[in-house]
Amino acid sequence: MNGILGSDLLIEITYIIATALFILSLMWMSTPATARRGVFAGEFGMALAIAGTLLHHGIVDYKLILIALVLGTIIGIPLGKVQMTAVPQRTALSHTFGALCVTLVGTAEFYLPREVPMPRFMMAVLCMEVILGALTITGSLMAAGKLQEWLPQRPITYKGQNLVNLGLLGVAIVVAVILVMHPERTQLFPAIVAIPLVFGVMMIVPIGGADMPTVISLLNSYAGLSAAAMGFVLNSKLLIIAGALDGASGFILSMNMSKAMNRSFSNVLFGAFGQEQTSAAGAAEAKPVRSATAEEAAAILSAANKVVIVPGYGMAVAQAQHKVRELYDGLTKRGVDVKFGIHPVAGRMPGHMNVLLAEADIPYDKLLDMDEINGDFPQTDVALIIGANDVTNPAARNEPSSPIYGMPILDVDKARTVMVIKRGMGAGFAGIENPLYFLDKTLMLFGDAKGFVGNVVRELGGGGH
Amino acid sequence: MLAAFIGFVVIKRITPLLHTPLMSLTNALDAIAVVGAIILAGEHKTKLAAILGAIAIVSATSNIVGGFLITDRMLRMFKPSGAKKA
Repeated sequence: MNGILGSDLLIEITYIIATALFILSLMWMSTPATARRGVFAGEFGMALAIAGTLLHHGIVDYKLILIALVLGTIIGIPLGKVQMTAVPQRTALSHTFGALCVTLVGTAEFYLPREVPMPRFMMAVLCMEVILGALTITGSLMAAGKLQEWLPQRPITYKGQNLVNLGLLGVAIVVAVILVMHPERTQLFPAIVAIPLVFGVMMIVPIGGADMPTVISLLNSYAGLSAAAMGFVLNSKLLIIAGALDGASGFILSMNMSKAMNRSFSNVLFGAFGQEQTSAAGAAEAKPVRSATAEEAAAILSAANKVVIVPGYGMAVAQAQHKVRELYDGLTKRGVDVKFGIHPVAGRMPGHMNVLLAEADIPYDKLLDMDEINGDFPQTDVALIIGANDVTNPAARNEPSSPIYGMPILDVDKARTVMVIKRGMGAGFAGIENPLYFLDKTLMLFGDAKGFVGNVVRELGGGGH
Repeated sequence: MLAAFIGFVVIKRITPLLHTPLMSLTNALDAIAVVGAIILAGEHKTKLAAILGAIAIVSATSNIVGGFLITDRMLRMFKPSGAKKA
């Protein structure tokens, strides 16, 4: 008896330390200087918690645990080694795994034989755990599929979609309530797994590529919340806290993302942007634009004092970040002050651009977010836009009729010269014409981002003016 | 509740620069759900619980390993201006 009590105490202690380490881990994540320490703290906390759990006296089958741990590690290693451009889909996929774990545990808990029926509170959180978990499984899988381009990125909408989706969720909640009231009706349980699974698919179907940052964050939040709910079911403070941290982090990120797009949550989830506006775009083609060659662009860039590069998803698609680094090096060597202006929703997940540019060895203190860089544009000689569109659209500032009116943007139009590398005159994700392209100070550089930047770099290097 | 509050305070301070690694880190931390799965699989109360628990361990462990690995990889890439290439 004594030994058992002793190990319980030990487990409790490892959990408390692990919890503290997790919180420290997130605190250290606040700046790049300490962030790696944060990862170590997290790893250490995790190892402690797992070791502590293995001491649990009820455990009889170590072999099964070991096999599962090893298998998970084998799957996990390649997932930790994906290309940086594939990080958004990897993240979505890991939400799927996290949610799968929680849902399975919830399901198993539900079917565990017990002497007394499950208390109502426990049943309620268990239902919440399973509903959130199940919708995150399929939702994240869909998101990953769209990001990997296995599924079409364009939103798919139909009449009454929102009604169907809300209806599905409503039914799941009603079933959950019935289960809480009558825990003996176990035959209802499969419904609260199955319905959210369907809902997860339906929820992501109408969501387009550019809304992914918000959606991934939201799914992150759901995964965290379902883990926290699981913590309540298992009465584990460690789990509640870790889940709540994850839930809060996902929630904050999705708030940031929606704010950066000037849209509410419900608007992202139920809005299916990009359908109605397509008609407005067509008229644009006829207007005159000024274009320039790589040689001219290189000459202008090397004559500048201050250059701000604005990267967007197009840069990621073209894998142009390493060429952009060469451009950065070439210009810096000539004494040009080069900075990067990064919009919160640039790319396919929060912070996506920063990771890509950091991968290309661009120092992080040159990567500035929207609020930091916007004041600089009036003193900037050249704003070079690579594969970004809507986030630079001045219509968001001064055209109340524009669908993106009110969205905070990078004020590139305040720079003395604007250069836009773009494949053609097509409209951006939102299908909105960008008046920026028709300004007198704007030069359109038509071409593939990687190829064009490469040409500019060659001109800079070999020109010898 | 307290945890959520701490979470808000702590995460609000994180720079947008690190949002992607933050998300992969919280993902890894979230996989602490493995604790529940280990108990389920280990206690072996019913066959169903053991099987579901084992699958749950696999999926959570892949998140732990993959999540920490990639977070660290990403963070290693963030270098200040002064630093020379590694």
